[in-house]
Amino acid sequence: MKRFEIVEAPIDVQQVIDKVSSREAGAITTFIGTVREWTKGKRTVYLEYQAYVPMAEKKLAQIGTEIEEKWDKAKVAISHRIGHLDISDIAVVIAVSSPHRKAAYEANEYAIERIKEMVPIWKKENWDNGESWIGDQRENTSYPTGRPEGEK
Amino acid sequence: MIEVLLFAHLRDGVGTAKLEINTESLTVEQLKDKLVHDFGLPDLDRVMVAINEEYASNQDQIKNGDTVALIPHVSGG
Repeated sequence: MKRFEIVEAPIDVQQVIDKVSSREAGAITTFIGTVREWTKGKRTVYLEYQAYVPMAEKKLAQIGTEIEEKWDKAKVAISHRIGHLDISDIAVVIAVSSPHRKAAYEANEYAIERIKEMVPIWKKENWDNGESWIGDQRENTSYPTGRPEGEK
Repeated sequence: MIEVLLFAHLRDGVGTAKLEINTESLTVEQLKDKLVHDFGLPDLDRVMVAINEEYASNQDQIKNGDTVALIPHVSGG
């Protein structure tokens, strides 16, 4: 059972949670990223996700390692779906367990930010009247060093 | 031979997921120039490059047998 995976089938949230549950955990946070219909007045019909699968899984695992170094006894599982996704479908599930609540929340947010920074997954928006590959959603990333922050 | 993997708009634009370049060795920067000139790829200034699944900089050397991926800004999640 891979803790960091790119999948083509719908994601079972409970399965991702089960990968991090343990007797040491006092908290499990889950983030569920879903496909929204409206973005700034523009209606999405469906999305298409594409990934460089082996590298993406490696980078997701790297995020897990970073979290385990930053937050004591935290455990992480991430599943990201690719292919054709309809409105309200689940694109990504991140589960973090930790002995305490605060670390579980913080580490979970850290994980999604890092995914958007450096995991090779792309999203194509398909609208009523066209389509476009969407770059970084925060629209503020440039790579002056030629690579994402934190990469050596 | 170097294998070059394309994703997102670069794949759509060139119409293929993979290019093969016959060369012994060149830097990331030299490869980008070659792809723009020989294959008509768009400006690759803001595209990141991974060599064998690790991010690389413009000065890094690519060798025969390496797999190179062109990585436009990502948008996962």
